[in-house]
Amino acid sequence: MTNHYCDMQNADVIMTIGSNNVENHPVSSKWVQKALDRGATWIVVDPRYTRSAEMADIYCPIRSGTDIAFYGGLFNYIIEHDLWQHEYVLNYTNASYLLDEQYSFDVNEGIFSGFNEETATYDNHSWHYQVESTKTWDTSEGGAYAWAAAPGVPEFTPPTVEVPKRDMTLQDPMCVFQQMKKHYSRYDLDTVSSVCGMDKDLLEKVYATYASTGAPDKSGTILYALGQTQHTYGAQNCRSMGILQLLLGNVGVAGGGVNALRGEPNVQGATDMGMLVANQPGYLNWPTEYGTPSLRKWCEKETYSDGYYTNKPKFVVSALKEWFGDAATVDNDYGYDWWPKVPKSPDYSIIGSFELMSQGVIKGYFNWGMNPCHSAPNASNVRKAMANLDWLVVADWVETESACFWKAPDMNPADIDTTVYFLPAALIYEKPGIILNSGRWLQWRYQAVEPWDEAKPDYEICDVLWTAIVDLYKKEGGVAPEPIVNTKWDYYVDGKIDPRPVAWALNGYVYDGTECDTTSAAPKTELLSSFANLKADGSTACGMWIYTGFWANNDAPLDPAEQAVGSRVADDPTGLGLHPKWSFAWPLNRRIIYNRASADMQGKPWNPDRVLVEWTGEKWVQNDVGDFVAVSNGTPVPPNDKAFMMLWEQNARLESYGMGDGPLPEHYEPFESPSDNQMNGRQNSPCVRFAEFESVKRGDRSEFPIAVTTYSVTEHWQTGGQTRTCPALNEAMPQQFVEMSLELAEEKGIKNGEKVRVRNNRGEVEVMALVTPRFKPFTVNGETVHQVGMTHHFGWAGEYATGDIVNDLPPNVGDPNCWVPEYKAFLVDIEKI
Amino acid sequence: MNLSRRGFFKAAGAAFATSMAFELSSKSETLAVEPSADWKLVNTEEYTNICCYCSGGCGVICSTRDGELVNIEGDPDHPINEGGLCPKGATMFQLRNVVDPETREIIKNTNRKTRPMVRRPGASEWEDITWDDAVAEIAQWVKKTRDETFETMHDGITVNRCHGIASLGGSQQNSEEEYLINKMMRSLGVIAIDNQARV
Repeated sequence: MTNHYCDMQNADVIMTIGSNNVENHPVSSKWVQKALDRGATWIVVDPRYTRSAEMADIYCPIRSGTDIAFYGGLFNYIIEHDLWQHEYVLNYTNASYLLDEQYSFDVNEGIFSGFNEETATYDNHSWHYQVESTKTWDTSEGGAYAWAAAPGVPEFTPPTVEVPKRDMTLQDPMCVFQQMKKHYSRYDLDTVSSVCGMDKDLLEKVYATYASTGAPDKSGTILYALGQTQHTYGAQNCRSMGILQLLLGNVGVAGGGVNALRGEPNVQGATDMGMLVANQPGYLNWPTEYGTPSLRKWCEKETYSDGYYTNKPKFVVSALKEWFGDAATVDNDYGYDWWPKVPKSPDYSIIGSFELMSQGVIKGYFNWGMNPCHSAPNASNVRKAMANLDWLVVADWVETESACFWKAPDMNPADIDTTVYFLPAALIYEKPGIILNSGRWLQWRYQAVEPWDEAKPDYEICDVLWTAIVDLYKKEGGVAPEPIVNTKWDYYVDGKIDPRPVAWALNGYVYDGTECDTTSAAPKTELLSSFANLKADGSTACGMWIYTGFWANNDAPLDPAEQAVGSRVADDPTGLGLHPKWSFAWPLNRRIIYNRASADMQGKPWNPDRVLVEWTGEKWVQNDVGDFVAVSNGTPVPPNDKAFMMLWEQNARLESYGMGDGPLPEHYEPFESPSDNQMNGRQNSPCVRFAEFESVKRGDRSEFPIAVTTYSVTEHWQTGGQTRTCPALNEAMPQQFVEMSLELAEEKGIKNGEKVRVRNNRGEVEVMALVTPRFKPFTVNGETVHQVGMTHHFGWAGEYATGDIVNDLPPNVGDPNCWVPEYKAFLVDIEKI
Repeated sequence: MNLSRRGFFKAAGAAFATSMAFELSSKSETLAVEPSADWKLVNTEEYTNICCYCSGGCGVICSTRDGELVNIEGDPDHPINEGGLCPKGATMFQLRNVVDPETREIIKNTNRKTRPMVRRPGASEWEDITWDDAVAEIAQWVKKTRDETFETMHDGITVNRCHGIASLGGSQQNSEEEYLINKMMRSLGVIAIDNQARV
């Protein structure tokens, strides 16, 4: 989230889209309700009349998978009716930047300039800006970038700043604003309502209501979840929300922002941690074979020419120093060669990894509290792939479907040679540690009870495994032992593995001044209070630069209660719900990121009742920690247009050359769709990932005419591993179902409560029919389209509530930017049993 | 540390401590701890924690007596949930303990697995295994697979990667654990690292 839960109360208009926040993030509804109590308007856009829709002021049904058409229409409406926030858009975004003359979009072909049909990828050259002039870094003594040439800093050639050409009148046909205006002119109300299956008048009402937040003193917030991301254009859905909020001046303000209601308790932490193929902790990129094979190349490719990410070499060197400790020196590039280099292909992310198991490339698998035999798309294919493994290790609380995949109804254990280990993990209140919520708050969990029986915390499981592996390599040697034996693993207090020294590692410390492995009640630490103190010369170590400051009290380094992360002072001096002394929000305890944009070019807040930062004429008042350079060399820096300092432009991107599948969001139909694309000449995103896998078994609407989305109920959680063990929750929600309209049920002769079979080429499941008026058929391009919804929490494992695996049905295809599967729009047929 | 309880009853009035949660706690036999003469939270120690379901980050208070968990409720001091919990959060207690409907005793949730187990090739059932043996066997497997599938150089570039091992998950763990899992896997050379953030 750019903002946080308590901030939702500040919104004038709230739009829930791709989320059912009342049921699936219940605490959010409390903050939405507070906003409504203050007179806000709540819009819910969803295929189904959810409990959120029931609570909202305006409910707008939408056919699954047509969000970009909806947003494109809204951009068009805002531009045509001149409802965009002029001063904000002109100064804080790239609206005025001129695009390369070669930039174009071909409506008939449905592609942007630079497309290569053979590889199904884009060359983004023509999506860049025209260059006005260039500047180089001053690395001389006393220069702004003198640090880059200091002793101990890895050698690299600093990037050149390419100053973009701008037209502040926004009249040049190649400027981003004019290109956007042209691009979205096709998205008129008639077309959009026909694509989305919406009522045109209702659509216009939604547009007018949300666009009202373009007034400078108004804020609109978007609450979204997996309904936006789990599509073959999920990243473009997110871009669309960003563009919308920028046009209306809603980013960086209280009651605004783009707010992901994230789907796992510490998925924010796992994303921060870069537990993904190509990511490092703190949103840095993991080294690749093809782009960044050496530390020099990494610094040259990843370091931005301007803005805050000019500091990246400091972050990566500090990360390497934390990783390899004494073994990391400037002479060996701080151990950079020991880090594995990601290849261009094949794909090793979740979907690709099952192909590699099928091929016998991946032979061993760890599942840490994740259950792919249930949760991954085309899950029956996953089970078949996992049957090829030599070994599987599952660390969990219960016997998940993945732990016992060999017991699945479609498996014969005698044919499966996989050795499977189940390691019992401690519950969350049986161990201490840090968790992050969607609002980027790091919070401390105290251990309440000892782990039951032989269960161990995951940190201890990691430690016993790692120690045994290191011992084996030390004793027996083996292939390339260096990365293993040189890894620093010293997170012990009194000889026992302990999360607190790991917290120091994440926070960052002066290397020579800190001993992680300690037996002292007053350990030697020099923890850092800000990532501004990180160095690129090996003198500082930091596992997660964005967290620096959350655990920086050197007077009590072993006591979480004395650290920012453990702070429980709930004061709210502004009344905006910032709660600046409750826990810690990364970065630097900033509660609302991009908050410079909450004030105008003179530093005057757009809304005097929602002051985050304000220029007094002499200095900056910071009710929230400013997300900009407020002071330089001890002198206050007067207001300027650099409201987005994490980009080299320091202006936000309405158009982005950084996306894999197009610089502006364009509507394409889901991979399996009940309708033709009405917006352009191409049915699907030209860059859909994994469509070539045989296992995908694409379905066609002639055979499978019914569109489906999966969704969650409030009583169960994901694959049900936790919630299906809780009797009270099973009593409340004992089985899964497919929810369908009265009209479809009548057409199929199905009555509420009857058992039905839902099937496609990938699988079939038997579930209960739930016939309700909450789904209504959509009229798309003049034709009736039926959509249904399915819950997905049940499986064969466990003692209590069981059922078929609904995730056998979704296709294992992915978004072109981040390879997220398409669970939220695909095709099935339904028959009465 | 400030653990003051600003009025227990504030929790009951919180906007989203919905009737659902209360209905559950009053109707489900498996949650119905028989109240003794004393208030059930008398003589307890309290530990704050954070809910293990959605990403709201709601605060909870775990009450223990004699080292055992006796209650979990919303933390009324917590600025996000102000004492409220949803049905899932309100039943977190049951992940460890449930009330046996027959005997009315608090027992361990029998769905939970608290001992290491191994399933051998071709077997149709689990076997018991000690932690020491499980760890030793897993370490042998890791070394064997890594040594067989490790690539040090590719086209003249040092790549130091292990193709044969994958690691999935992390969003259920605490952040320190995420760091250790990540560090262990990357140092082994594993590329196929993914977690719930991808789906």
